[in-house]
This record gives sequence, C-alpha cells and structure tokens, in this order.
Amino acid sequence: MSTAREVLLDIQGLEVHFETRRGLARAVNDVDLQLFKGERFGLVGESGSGKTTMILALLRMIKTPGLIAGGRAVFDDGMDLLALSKEEVRENRLRRVAMVPQGAMNSLNPVMRIGEQLTLTMREHGEEGTRDEMQTRLEQLLERVGLKPEVTGLYPHELSGGMKQRACIAQAISLGPSLILADEPTSALDVVVQRQIMQTLRQLQLQLDATVLLVGHDMGLMAQFAERVGIMYGGKLVEVGTVADVFRNPQHPYTQLLISSIPSFDRRGTFKGIPGVGLSLLDPPSGCLFHPRCPQAMEDCARQEPGLTQLGHGQHVSCLLHEKEGTDATPA
Amino acid sequence: MPPLLEAQHVRKVFRSGGGLLQADSTETVAVDDFTLAIDGDTPSFTTIAGESGSGKTTIARLLLGVTPPSEGSVRYRGMDVSSLDRDQTRAFRQDVQAIFQDPFEVYNPFYKIDHILTTPIEKFGLASSRQQAAEQIDEALRTVGLRPEETLGRYPHQLSGGQRQRITIARALLLKPKLIIADEPVSMVDASLRATILSSLHKLYTDFGISFIYITHDLTTAYQVSDKIVVLYHGTVAEAGDVEHVITDPKHPYTRELIHSIPVPDPGSAWIEEAVEEKDVEVSDEATGGCRYAPRCAHGSARCAQMPPLYRLDDGRVASCVLYDGQEPLESGDLTRIIGATPQEE
Amino acid sequence: MRRLDQILYYLRESPMLGAGTVLIFLIVLFGTLGPLFVDTDLSRPLSTTPRLAPSLDHPFGTDDAGRDLLSVMVVGVPMTMRVGLLAGAVGLGVGIFLGFTSGYLGGTFDTIVRGVVDTLLTVPGLVVLISIASTIREEISVNIMAMVVASLAWMWPTRVIRAQVLTMRERAYVQMAKLNGMSSAEIIWKELFPNLLPYLAALFANAVNWAILASIGLEALGLGPQNDPTVGMTIYWAITFSALIRGMWWWWAIPILFIGTVFVGLLMIAAGLDELANPKQRKAV
Repeated sequence: MSTAREVLLDIQGLEVHFETRRGLARAVNDVDLQLFKGERFGLVGESGSGKTTMILALLRMIKTPGLIAGGRAVFDDGMDLLALSKEEVRENRLRRVAMVPQGAMNSLNPVMRIGEQLTLTMREHGEEGTRDEMQTRLEQLLERVGLKPEVTGLYPHELSGGMKQRACIAQAISLGPSLILADEPTSALDVVVQRQIMQTLRQLQLQLDATVLLVGHDMGLMAQFAERVGIMYGGKLVEVGTVADVFRNPQHPYTQLLISSIPSFDRRGTFKGIPGVGLSLLDPPSGCLFHPRCPQAMEDCARQEPGLTQLGHGQHVSCLLHEKEGTDATPA
Repeated sequence: MPPLLEAQHVRKVFRSGGGLLQADSTETVAVDDFTLAIDGDTPSFTTIAGESGSGKTTIARLLLGVTPPSEGSVRYRGMDVSSLDRDQTRAFRQDVQAIFQDPFEVYNPFYKIDHILTTPIEKFGLASSRQQAAEQIDEALRTVGLRPEETLGRYPHQLSGGQRQRITIARALLLKPKLIIADEPVSMVDASLRATILSSLHKLYTDFGISFIYITHDLTTAYQVSDKIVVLYHGTVAEAGDVEHVITDPKHPYTRELIHSIPVPDPGSAWIEEAVEEKDVEVSDEATGGCRYAPRCAHGSARCAQMPPLYRLDDGRVASCVLYDGQEPLESGDLTRIIGATPQEE
Repeated sequence: MRRLDQILYYLRESPMLGAGTVLIFLIVLFGTLGPLFVDTDLSRPLSTTPRLAPSLDHPFGTDDAGRDLLSVMVVGVPMTMRVGLLAGAVGLGVGIFLGFTSGYLGGTFDTIVRGVVDTLLTVPGLVVLISIASTIREEISVNIMAMVVASLAWMWPTRVIRAQVLTMRERAYVQMAKLNGMSSAEIIWKELFPNLLPYLAALFANAVNWAILASIGLEALGLGPQNDPTVGMTIYWAITFSALIRGMWWWWAIPILFIGTVFVGLLMIAAGLDELANPKQRKAV
C-alpha cells in the first residue's frame, strides 16, 4: 500500500501448541502479521487452519492442553499481549481488545437482561457511574448498533438472532477498544440479516477508527467486508494482501485453488475442489505443509519450509515458487 | 402411473407453549399448502431453498415420511406414506433415500463406518454373498472419490467431515434409489470440499439418473448444481422455476433481496455500502393471513393483505406476489409442472 | 486396540474405577481363596470356644455361639455378594427391558410403565421389603432373599434407562438406521444398547450395591436366612446378643468393615464407569 499506515498490532512468531496423547500439534505455526490502525482485516482458513486459535491466543483464552509456545503481539505503545499477567489481561480486555463471538450463546448470559449484563460487564472492567449515567450510556450504545432502547429490559431469548448479535457487538465496543476480533459473527444468521450486521459493524469501525480482524471461511464475505485478507493453512499464514490483489491475482497455489473453488453466479455446473485430504496437525507433511496437494509442487517443497516473501503492493506469500523472486521476509 | 413421490396440499402446523389448559399456545405454520410431485421415470434436480424458518427441513421430513402432515398427504406411488405395510415401506426406503447435514451425527460412534454401508445391503438384500457386498461397497466408495483402503475399518472420528459425508453418499448410492433428498449436504463441510461433494451428487444425477431434491440456504451452490428451484419464505412458496432464471433475474421481492444480499467474492461491489431494501422489522411467527413477506417488503401495500397465489410468469416460472397479479395463477398451486423435467422452455 | 489393552486403558484413565476394582477384587479373592486356607466348618455354631477376642488362632475372634468369625466371613461374604449379584442382575435385566422398550416405543405402554415406576419409587423401599419378607412362610434362603430384593431393584434402572433412551431416540444415527431398514427391535439392541454399555455397567454396580445393603438391612432386622452365616445375619446375631455392650467389638466391627469395603468399592466402580460413560472421554481414545 502506498499510504504508510500506522501499525496497531505487530504479531511476531506466534506459536500455539496443543499437547495431545498422540503428539504435539502446532495449531499456530510461526505467524508474523501486522495489523494497521483502523483497517478491516480478514483472516480466512478452513477447519484446522488455526485462525480461531490465533484470536483466542491474542485474547489469552487458550485452555489446556493448548498453550502459547512462543511469539509476541506488541501494541503500538509497546504492550505485549502475550506477556501480560492475568490481572493485566482483564484490565485490557474490552478496553483495548474485544471479541465478537460466533454464537451469542458464548457471550450473553441467558438469565440476565441485556441492560444488566452490559452494565455489569462495563463495571467489571473498571467503568464507573451512577445508575442513570450508565443507563444513558447503554441506550446510546444500543442505538449505535441499531437496537432500540427497550432492548435493555429484554432477556437474550426474547431477541432474534440478528438482535442478539448486535447486542454482542454492543458489548464488544462498550469501552471503545482499538482492536475488535470477530470470530465468524454472522455464520448462524440469514443472509439478509448478515448483510445488515456487517454494514453496522463497518459503520462502527469507521466511527471508532478501530481495527477489525474478521475471522471466517466465507470468501465472499471477506471480499466485501475486508480491505486486506490473510489466508491460513495448517497453522501457517500462506498469503496476505489487499482483497483486490488476493482475489484477482492470488499467488499461493492454495489461495488459487480456494478462489477457483468458490461457487459463483457466473458459472454453472463447474465443480473445482481442492484435491487430496486436509492435513493432520499431528502428522504434518515435511517441508511446505501444502505440498502433497499442490499442483505446482517442486522437489524442494518436500524438504524446505518456505518463509514469507514480500511481493509488490504489500502482498506476501509463503511459497518456494516465489522465494527466488521477491525480497525476503519482512512481516506482512 | 402415479408419481414416485408427491406432496398434495401438505400443511404442517406446530403448536408450542400453552399449559395444561391449552391457553396461550402459539401456532406456527411451518409449511402452508405445498404441492409437488417427483416423476419416477425422468430424473430431475430440484432445489428447495430457504432460510431459517422457511420450512425447508420440515418439507424434507414430510417427504421422507418422518413427520406426518397436519393436512394433506404425502404419497409414494399413490400410497399414503403414513400407512405403508412392511413390504411397501421397504420399497419406499429403497426408492427414496436421504443425505443429511451433519456428517458426524449420522454415525453411531460405537461402530466403524462400515456399519453404515453393510446394514442397508443386509436389510435390503442387495447382495447374495459377502464377496458381492464387499464389491458393491468398494464400487460405491470409488464412485464418490474415496479409496476403500483408506476409509473402511475406521471409526467416524478418525475420518474428516468431507470423507464422512461422501461415505453417506456412497451409502445412498448402494440402494440405487430413484430419488435422493439431500438436506444441506455441504453446509457443515469445508468450502474447498463442497465443490467435490457437489460434483459427486451431480454425477449421480447425470450418470445414474437419480433425481434429487436439494435442500439448502446457499443459493450459489443451488445455482451450480440444480436445474430447478423453489424459494420458500416462512412456509410459503415465494418463487419457483428454472434456476437460471430465478437466480439471475429474480422477480419476487424476497428472492431479489436474498440474491442481492449474498456477498460475492468480487471485491469492489456495492454490497457493503448499499442500504438493504428490506425493512428492518421484527416479525412474529404467527400467520396473519396475508403475504408472509409483506411486513418486510419494500413494495408492501394494502393489496398484500390477501395471500397472493403463484402467478405464472412468461418464462415458465411462478412468483407469489401482488406485483404480478395481472398474470394467470398456477392451477391448485401445483409446482409439479414447473419443476418437472420437461425440456427447458427457452 | 485389543480389548484387553482397552480395558487397561480405561482403568488407567479413571483412578476411581481402578481403585474400586482393586477393592472388589480383594473381596472376591478373599471369598474364593478363603476356603482353601480356612476351615469352613468352623462357621457353624458350637464349633469352637465362644467369646474369644481376636488372636493368632482366631484372627477375627469368635462369637457367642462358638463360631469362628474368620470362617464366618469367608463363607458369609460370598453369600452376601451372591444376593447382591443376583438381585442386581435381575433388577438390571428387567430395567433394561422395560426402560428400552418404553423409552423407544412410547405410547400407552410407556405411559403405564412410567406411571408404575414413578409411583412405586415414592414408597419407602425398606417398608415394602419388610412387608414382603415377613409374609414368606417358608425358610428364607439366600436365593429367596435375592428375589425379594430384586422385586424393587428394577425400578430405578428402568427410570434412568428410559430417560437416556428418550434423548438418544432423536439422534441422527437412529434416523439413519430407520432409513437403512432396521426394525425398532434392531434399533434398540444394535444402535442404542451398545452406546449405553458403560452407563449400564455403572447402573449394575449401583444396583448390586443397593441390593447388598437392602439385604443386609433385612437380615439385620432378623428377616434373613436363619441358618446361613451371611454378613447381615452376623450383624443380627451381634445385635441380638448385645455384642456392643459386652465389649465384643470384633463381632460387629469386622462385618461392618467388610460391608464398608464392598460398598466403597462398588461405589467407586460405579462413579468411575459413570465418568467413562461421558462421551467426551470415549472420543479421546
């Protein structure tokens, strides 16, 4: 990108491991990624790609047998998310980094009214104010996410799926975080509601000048919502770039296959999948993780793990095909 | 010759709530007057599309005879599905099979996946010897792109979702049915595998002449794989016809809104900026008697207070909307001819 | 994995199951090997000097009637266990049949079964047992004891099995089984039953436990087999002859120790199996 944007979060060498009876699984494998201020970044991958694990790591929500085995995630003011103590994590959750979860079930307490929960959450994270002050703030908050003030008195089960998700978004932005991690927030919603919610999310993001990291597997949604997108496979980040670059000119063979497998309204009856079986994290292939399924695999691919090569336009790809050409790894 | 499977003016109502005295119970009309017949001789590939609450899964359950209709009937070769005897049920189950959404839940975790393949062979007497059964299973697995040596003898949790789903397709194939009802077969499968699985299904249609009723909320996959489509909204048919016409040029306001809301993988469209036309109104589930979409519809008017019939449009499709009330309504709302595998009316 | 490996694996996975199994195994060992080392005739009255405290000659002491208590335990513990096993097996067997069929088939049969079970469960079991036992005219043998106890042992298993079946009935693999042409009976036995095995084993351990305690309860009240030295009868005699006041602690403490061990052992087995019955555990293999 030509405009030099400020970096909000610099993720370096992130490693998340899962110790299982059958061995060690590298769920997140040496990931380097920079998130800019006020950008919308999409993180795409299929099951087992590590995308959800990554945001759980940033939120310090990894539970045993998983553990953060290495790396840093440094904010613009020098704070390393991965090095925070438990207390510090609580302080910063919601204030700096917030999450919009996949299902409202994970975030909304079914036996508390919406107003109560949101207020409680805010107070727990250090916000103070009289009841009336909080109520006013609440109503303003709800209005921003497109909910009527009456919602404060309702229980989660009295809301529709879309409304519940809006309430979760309200909770996430209640303390004005600079980074919002959204884990497939609309996957359970109908298509029209999804569009409305994503539009609201975009408006909010622009108003708050916050960075949104959207994790998902819906390429269409990424293309419409995100500005930059990163593709993950088997725990590794294999390609990063602007949506225009990645969708129109994908460089990594996996990305290319992924994009051509997306059903679209242009062509009927063509079915292009990705050959082979998904990889097992417990028994990963040697060298490049994708090589067994890669139509362009070379001899070296079985032996050598590719690093992250920078191409033009801020596009990065992790593939031996490009290692000779581009300049060497600067973080994405 | 009666059709293979038909739903005749089927209506399904669910009652919820209400205590012992039955006060306060709410009635939800899951499916409202649905008529469709599948021909046994000419294969067809029909999508029944809808979102949550549209009634599409209920229709699948009705057609499979798993749920009885509140009104109307479901008939297999003319016989009411709820009153078949042992032999008739057997024939029904052999002719009409199903593929389900969750590729894990359909497997009994106690058994290896072979169980799901050997049971139908045994129960329907498809093979006369173990050897023959093994051959049939081998062939079925290969047809769906699986290698028997990599899949047989394994437990469900040892295989991926894509493999498990393909095994269920192989199972359906063993019975050589005339019709397969596939309820969201790829929604729980990774994106890259969807194309492969859909291509297996399509192959069964083109190479084996098996008819399909494909139930989904994903219109893009419907476009890929089917010939005809029925779009449902809250238990009623909004629009039906050739998939090419309905998707590229939707006529019913709901279908239009639906198609426009699908995020396409083409960056730079106006998807995120353009305001949604649909009114953001919370609608209750109870039937009000008029067009179900009217409260949300951008074109809603007083005329919508009466449920519009399915009007026939020029290109052979039907749409249930007052905007087309100048057209002829479809006789008794019978979708059969719209869906029937007659040559395209181009 | 070979079956033995799998069993050993489960034992390792659940320490409770392991510990419980060890305890019961020791009791069984005691009962089976005991007669090889101890003269079982000494369990009859008037076979040796009465009222002796535990010593090398009589490690468990002797009672008022001249029975060697070690010998009594060697004979009596297996008897008591037998009552438990028999009653537990009958109870579970009936429970399986009624629970599965009423849970899966529903309808009037289910309504009747449910009604009967729910009503009878509210009646205090011991009262019923006492009523039944006291109306039996002829000599109560160990087997009759087992049948008396079994008459109540089936109710709880029926109830919980039925509840489990109700949830399993709606599973997708049951739908699949129907589509595969299986009949209701086949679905019950081939699809539902195997998945409940660990749970049923836990129920069995509980049923046996309950049966043993119920039989001991009846016997301690004097409603047991008068001529057999079961654990419960020993306690009865100890009570009748005021062993507590007379300081013959070995007469009542030893039987109670055995009961306690069996109870704790079976409880741990049941709890351990219950843990394993949790599907999360099964998938992790």
